[in-house]
Amino acid sequence: MTLAHPRPYRQPRDTHPPLDFAGYKSTGLRAPTQRPILVPQRLTEVTGPLLVGEIGPNDHDLTRQHEGEPLGQRITVSGRVLDSDGRPVPDTLVEVWQANAAGRYAHARDTWPAPLDPNFSGGGRVVTNSKGEYSFTTIKPGAYPWGNHHNAWRPAHIHFSLFGRAFTQRLVTQMYFPEDPLFAFDPIYRSAPEGARERMISAFDMDATQPEWALAYRWDIVLRGREQTPFEEPHE
Amino acid sequence: MSEQLPLTPSQTVGPYLRLGLDWPKGAEVVPPGTPGEVVISGILYDGAGVPVTDGLIETWQADPDGRFAHPDDPRGAVEPTVPGFLGFGRSCTDETGRWSIRTVLPGALPALDDDAEEAPHLDVSVFARGLLDRVVTRIYFAGQPGNDTDPLLAAVPAERRATLVAEKVGEAEYRFDVHLQGDRETVFLQV
Ligand SMILES: [Fe+3]
Repeated sequence: MTLAHPRPYRQPRDTHPPLDFAGYKSTGLRAPTQRPILVPQRLTEVTGPLLVGEIGPNDHDLTRQHEGEPLGQRITVSGRVLDSDGRPVPDTLVEVWQANAAGRYAHARDTWPAPLDPNFSGGGRVVTNSKGEYSFTTIKPGAYPWGNHHNAWRPAHIHFSLFGRAFTQRLVTQMYFPEDPLFAFDPIYRSAPEGARERMISAFDMDATQPEWALAYRWDIVLRGREQTPFEEPHE
Repeated sequence: MSEQLPLTPSQTVGPYLRLGLDWPKGAEVVPPGTPGEVVISGILYDGAGVPVTDGLIETWQADPDGRFAHPDDPRGAVEPTVPGFLGFGRSCTDETGRWSIRTVLPGALPALDDDAEEAPHLDVSVFARGLLDRVVTRIYFAGQPGNDTDPLLAAVPAERRATLVAEKVGEAEYRFDVHLQGDRETVFLQV
């Protein structure tokens, strides 16, 4: 029996940042200089890990991982993971990490003089439900300075990691908060093309706020969907 | 073609990726003591030849029978014959830039259409501060006869092919360095 080439996942267009983005200094010695070789998606690429790792009881709630509560504005962040055909991606792992309310990471290499919070580690993980929905509780991270250029500050953000259902769908990104005045000055945010970068900004969601408890943000994430037809050799 | 939702852009993992992505057993694609286990390890280098100490390597592979426990394997999803086999490995680079996973060698994959059979390989994602999107490569294994006819290796210029082949450095040890730039820049793939 001959197996056919699988239906590939669509190539992203006008979405991802270029690897050699000069405004972000660390790309200089790390972005590959040769063009990647375009290869057909075969079985290893259209499959991928499903539901890997163990999920702890407080992994979805970053405010309940220690004895006391972390300082800062309590928020929920919720949304859906979809593919570009609009199909929900169920049962997929979503991992997050972030700075504390003062903009400091609980990481040995983050040494700027903002306070650490003994009640906040800043790592979380959730699995989407059958409708592709995720939700976690945390505190709003602060902005923080970095050494990229004089007086450089990152807009507040939460790092997100997603698997989807296939190796090809893997995505690591960052979620931002609405109307951050630092967008105009941040090369990482601005590395994504205009028209695409705005998709990384969450929306304030009044309906999901909880009285006398938490503010709420909503953010949907869209991973690559599949072509309708099997792979054809690229013509160049 | 139906209306497509626009995709979410990629961003760098940044320097603090361990807070979210470090798994205590991430490097164990198979449990310790699995018959046939091998260790694959290497150094991730930047363009100055300096080890990248805040990177992450992820691997994805078929089981030793060349099958995937996944519904999109056209031969059907099967449970792996190796107990505890995950197919997926994850290793943060350490203070020397070294990453490492413990696994079993995958089987060859069947030919698709007019292609030849695929030689045993792992798909690899590389993440790091300074990489605004992951970069993707493959690990093949030195000495596998199928390497000579593998359709992906055949699509890579001959003089760069060796960057995709792990060297056997011990009884059950392979070495695979990744060079993000430079004379020995690893071949990266757009999948
Ligand atoms: Fe960050």
